[in-house]
This record gives sequence, structure tokens and C-alpha cells, in this order.
Amino acid sequence: MSFNLIDFLLSFLDMTVLDYANEVWGDQPWLSPLLSVIYIVVIATVVLLLVFVVGWTERKVLARMQDRIGPNRVGGRYGMLQMVADVVKMMTKEVIIPAGADRWAYLAAPVVSLATSILLFAVLPLAPGVVGVNLPSGIFYVMAISSVSIVGLLLAGWGSNNKYALLGAFRAVSQLVSYEVPLMITLLVPVILAGTLSLVSIVEEQTIPYFFYVPLAGIIFFISILAETGRSPFDLLEAESEIIAGFHIEYSGMYFGLFMAAEYIAIMFMSALFATVYWGGYNFFGLEDLVLANGFAIGRPIGFISLIVKIAIAFFIFMWVRATLPRFRIDQLLDFNWKLMVPLSLVLLFVVVLLNKAIDVYAPGITEFGRMSIHLLSNVIIGIVVLEIMRRRARRKREAEEGPDAGGWRMEPVLAESDETQLAHAD
Amino acid sequence: MTLSTDPDAIQELTVEELRAKFGTGMEIAGDEEYMLLSMGPQHPSTHGVLRLLLELDGETVVNLAPDIGFLHTGIEKTMESKRYTLGLVLTDRMDYLSPMSNNLGYILAVEKLLGVEATPRAQVIRVILTELARVSSHLVWLGTHALDLAAMSVFLYCFREREYILDIFEMVAGQRMMVSYFRPGGLWRDLPEEFEPAVRKFLEFMPSRIADYEALTKNNPIWLDRTKGVGVVSAEQAVAWGMTGPSLRGSGVNWDIRKAQPYSGYEQYDFDVPLETDGDVYARYRCRMEEMRQSLRIIEQGLDNLPDGPVNIDDPKIVPPPRSELGHSMEAVIHHFKLWTEGFDAPEGFVYQSVESPRGEFACYLRGDGGPKPARVHFRTPSYVNLASLPIMSKGAFVADVVAIIGSIDIVLGEIDR
Repeated sequence: MSFNLIDFLLSFLDMTVLDYANEVWGDQPWLSPLLSVIYIVVIATVVLLLVFVVGWTERKVLARMQDRIGPNRVGGRYGMLQMVADVVKMMTKEVIIPAGADRWAYLAAPVVSLATSILLFAVLPLAPGVVGVNLPSGIFYVMAISSVSIVGLLLAGWGSNNKYALLGAFRAVSQLVSYEVPLMITLLVPVILAGTLSLVSIVEEQTIPYFFYVPLAGIIFFISILAETGRSPFDLLEAESEIIAGFHIEYSGMYFGLFMAAEYIAIMFMSALFATVYWGGYNFFGLEDLVLANGFAIGRPIGFISLIVKIAIAFFIFMWVRATLPRFRIDQLLDFNWKLMVPLSLVLLFVVVLLNKAIDVYAPGITEFGRMSIHLLSNVIIGIVVLEIMRRRARRKREAEEGPDAGGWRMEPVLAESDETQLAHAD
Repeated sequence: MTLSTDPDAIQELTVEELRAKFGTGMEIAGDEEYMLLSMGPQHPSTHGVLRLLLELDGETVVNLAPDIGFLHTGIEKTMESKRYTLGLVLTDRMDYLSPMSNNLGYILAVEKLLGVEATPRAQVIRVILTELARVSSHLVWLGTHALDLAAMSVFLYCFREREYILDIFEMVAGQRMMVSYFRPGGLWRDLPEEFEPAVRKFLEFMPSRIADYEALTKNNPIWLDRTKGVGVVSAEQAVAWGMTGPSLRGSGVNWDIRKAQPYSGYEQYDFDVPLETDGDVYARYRCRMEEMRQSLRIIEQGLDNLPDGPVNIDDPKIVPPPRSELGHSMEAVIHHFKLWTEGFDAPEGFVYQSVESPRGEFACYLRGDGGPKPARVHFRTPSYVNLASLPIMSKGAFVADVVAIIGSIDIVLGEIDR
């Protein structure tokens, strides 16, 4: 097939440009590296630019939830260019390296954070056939890279020579390492359902999104990504009311901006991962494979838009949670993880494995819907049991608290009309 | 978590001693290695310019010492060189979240010294406005307390309602925060006509707003986890450390100046004093939330029973004549001139008058020497005394709890460093 400019330009529209290039220059040795480089440049740039959009959206949505207006000066009445103005401000600010800082650790930290965040996008399938690397072990890659991002936080906390930063780093490490456990276990649930580690195959396998199979695992996964990205109510690592900014307290100018960009990119990716493994990724009722009679693959843009919408919904829930919930304390956070999330996700994984095997052995011809119903039923039962256990524990705790008072000392009521004025009586 | 209940075991180290002990920061004492953390004076959660020196074992507080004085304004000393009426504007600047209560405490002391009593109408207006100020102050407390626990939206919702109250204050006094509305012998002027409808509207929507705040805080398990059992202070300790206000009533001690030593006719109002017995952050939270509702009750009763009549006493030596009289009455001009150049002379002697401010017992000690200026003014400010018990409440808690505890005792640094 020879090069045709019209076809080439059209292939951008339906996102088949990679296939087109392969068809035209498929036998050339330079094609594959060139395409990789172009893909990397495009994705890294687009993702970084998306930070502007995401940052603006978050501020605007949060403002609306809190009964205020939000950015409204720079770039028209909706403040569209607010983030641009912010970035320009950060770029022009001086980068101050604190005295006594470990210079290399200090400077490397934001780079590590940002790089790991962007690297994650390599394996994310954006539309049918559009993916950076279709790694057979995509999930494994995601787990590995997202673990490295902790190193960035630790470097920042340690290298800044600041006690608040150090406290932030302590918290970051204990929190992120803990929440990686349920995150990984619940990532394994779709892996088992799909029978593959490749993100592309997981998406392709989901004719019914896995969220309807295992909603409980989906919720645990979502809570874990809230914690992994350090978002409210798990934003202990940068709790501004306690340790001010935590690990990035000493960063100024664009170095701080890199941390912020890394955070937003991580949130975007985690939302995308959630949409991919639990909400069917780019799947949209089979329309994503639609090809028009003239060979125009209209399904790909549809799939892409469907993925974007799913990511946006997940991100909206991030913001909603942030506007509503107070922050955990570190011990409660770890309690919540190790005493509820980890055991529950282990049980879920165990049940999913057993059921999946049992279905394969005893009902090999079952429809996708039947399979879903069985998993859903198991999830509902587990959910009810867990709720019941939690309710009983809470009741026991309450009864223990309200037990006989251990001889407290109370001041005698000062007033004659004490019966009326005392709402609560001391025993 | 266990908190030490022995008050003697806690106040071992002062700020100076902590500083001397640590020098540059790290200290190895025996087998334990502690870190000294200077929290503030520029810190988002110390509610102003409070500085805390924390001795930390990981995230656990081993020792804590508040370091105050960064906002010292010399108000008490300055007032010795101001005439009685002029000193009033300085009281606004102490507890800047509830200036009405400060005004009231000072004005009542001045009136006591002069031996006069405000007219019934002025008294009722004073009660309505101080209760409004209590609600607005509690709104700021709830907002900042919630912000400390990262429930960010509550903060903005609270400020929305506080804005409404400040608009009422502006309508009444011409100023939003530094009102200086109460004057010796009465008020600056009578209420405007729009006042009553505005307050009625406020009374109408406020209960549902309070329910909204509770939906975001009290009904949230994370909020309960963060506040229950945190910063416990027993009734015994609370009394021993001189705590007053909702912080004291959260520990189960029924002590409210409005009931115990009624002033401005508080004995005529029907309201309850909320009491909790747990003495933790949550108990103090419950007390204040309920107090807001009780304040609304008082405001409503005040509006219903607002008597007619003058707002100022008929004593031209204390109260300046109305402006309309200046045009045709020589006497009025003379009184006006005398009041504005010399002020009035107060008799010799001293008085002590306490009022229940939103934070606790706000009291004014006033000594007159027969001249137009006080010989000595001293304020017993609730924040200052309540802050002293912070180390008891915080020992053994986490850094995150310290923030919650500071929020729960509701300090205002302007009042501490007056």
C-alpha cells in the first residue's frame, strides 16, 4: 500500500493512524522505534496539558459544591486560563533549596514522582487498537511503576531537611505501602475473571463491565486508589491543617508544580485504570468496534469518548468525596486498611477464584450473564455478612463505652432550677 | 488511647525548658529519641499566631507547651490612657470573632462603676445582639474546627451564614466586625427598621442550616472517629484549670454565667444550658451545636418581648444628647462638648463584671480613680485560661489530634495576647 495524504489525514480522525503507518511502512526497520517515540511525546504532552483542564475542573466543581464561584478572572468569566496563569507564576518563581537539604534527593524527588506518573500511561488502552505497549503483563507493569512513586515522596520528605516533610514522608510510606495491598488484590480480581494480565485483553473480555460482577471489589479498589493518590479522606501525607504540606512543604516554584502535576496525572491514571478494569474501559455497548462501509472506523472515537466520560465520572467522585469527608487519622487509616479492606479483599479474591473455577468445571456452557449473576450473588452475600459483622462490632463497642461510669467526679449543679437547665445528667 | 489523668505529671516543661532541652532539635533521653517540633506561629491550624512546642515520639505527643505573646497589643495598658467611652473600641479587637460580648462585658463594668443601669429596651437589644454574636462565633468555630479535620465544605457553609449575621451587624452598627455598638448608658443608637425582619428571616432558615452542618459532621463516622475520646479532660481537671464556657460544660460541669450570675436580664429568658459528660472533643462539639439552637431561642424571645422606649438612659452627663438638640439647646451643646473633650468622671473604686462570651467567662476588672480614665483595666479572657489545659488534653495524642483539640477549645489569639 502506498502513501496517500488524504487517507493519512483521515486516519487521524478515526484513530487508525498507527495501523495506517504499519500498513504503509510496515517493512521498514525504523518504523517501530519512530512510532514509539512519537507516541511517547504525544501522550506525555497531552497528559501534562490535561493537568490544566483537570485542575481547573476540580477547582470549579469544588467551588460549586461549596456554594462559591471559583476561578472567574483569568480567561473570561469562567476563569478558563486560571491554571495557565498559575503555571506561569510558578515558572517565574525562584526555586529555593533549603539549607541542609540533601541536594540530589531534593531535586530528584519531583522528577521521580512526575516520571512514574506519566510512565503509567504507556499501557493504558485508549481506544480499540490504540495503546502504547500492549504488554502481556500490563497489570504487573502498573503495580511496579506505581510502587516506585513512593520513592519520590520519600526522597522529598527526607531530602528537604524539614520535620514536617519528614512526618509527611513517614505517613506517605506507611499509608501507600499499606493501601497497595488491597489495591493489588482487587486488581487481581478482574485478572482472574479475564484470565489475562494484559489491560487490552481485560477490556476486550468485558462484554459486561466487571463492576457488575464484583461491585464490592470495585468499591474497595476505588477506596484504595483514593488512598494511593493521597486524596481526601486519605490526604494525610499532605494534610495542610496538620503538617501543612507534608513532603512538599519546602518546594517552591515549578518544583512544587511538578509535584502537583504528578498528583493530578496519578489521579487521572488511577481513574482511567478504574474505568478500564471495572467499567469496561473503552467499551460502549459494542459500538466501539463499529466500522463504516467505507472503512472509516467510527467505533474508535466512540470508544475513546466513552473512556473519557468514564474517567470523568470517576474523577467527579474523587472531587465529591473531597468536598464531603473529613480526614482520617493515621492509626484509623491503618486500622481501616488492615482490619477491613485487606481481609475483605482477600475473601473476595478467594471466592472469585473458587467460583470461577467451579463455573468452568460444572457449567462450562454458561452465558456471560449467568456467570455475572453468580458472582454478583456471592458479592451481595459477602457484603451483607460484612455489614452485619461491622454492626455487631460497633454495637459491642458502644455497649462497652456506655457501661457503668468508673466513678467520675461531677460538680454539683450551681443553680436552683437545675432540673430544667441540665440537659444531660451525670450519673 | 490512654491519656494521663494526673495533671501534675504534665506541666513539667515550660517553653524555655523545652527549648533548652532540645537546642537544635533532636534529643536522646535515655533509650527514647524524641523530636521537637515547633508548630506555629505561622501554621494553618493554630488559629492565629499561637506557637506550640511539641515533643514528639513519632507522631505521638510526649510533651506540649504553648508559647503565646506573638499578638501582644497592649490593650489593657492602652485603655488606662483612654476615656471610658473611647476604651470601648479597643475591646472589639480582643475577641474579634465576638466583639459584642466584649463590648457588653466592658460596658456592664463601666455602668456598674457609674452605678447606672441601661433601659429595658437597650438590655433586650444587647441580649439579642450578643446571642447573634454567639451564633456567628460558633459558626466560625465550627467552620475552622471542620477545616482542621479537613471537612472543607462545612467551613464555607458556616461562613455563608456568618456573613448574614455580619450584614445584620453592619445594618445595626455600621460596622461588620468591630461594632462598638454598646455605649455606657445604652446604645450608639436605636435599631433600624429592617433589623427585625432580617433577624426573623435568620431565625427561620438557621435551624435547617444547623441540621445541614450536623449532617456533614455528626453523621459522619470519620468525624466521630476523629473527635470521640480525643482530648479528654475530666470535670475535676477542667475546674482545676479554670476552664469555662462550652469547654467546661463538655466535661459535665453546669456553669454558665448567664444562669449563675445573670446580667442584662438573662434571668427572664427561657433557655437550656447544654451539658455533656464525656469531656472529649465530641462533647464540646455537641455543646456548641446545641448552644447555637439555644441562642436562637433567646433571640426569638428577645424579639417577641422587645419593649418600646428609649435606648439610652436620661443622664446627659453620661449619654451624649441627640444631634437634633444641638441646634437649639445651649445645654445640649455644653454636654456634648464636655463629653467629647473630657468624658465623664467615674467614682473611685473597683468593679468586676463577668459575662458569658461564646468561649466562656469573659470578665472585666475596672478600677476608677475618680477621673475620666480608668486607673486599671484587666480582662479575664476565656481563651487564655482555656488554653492552659491544652497540654493535659494533648498528652499521648497524635499530632492530628492536637489540631482537633485546639479547634475544640475555640481559642482566639487576639484575646489571649490582648
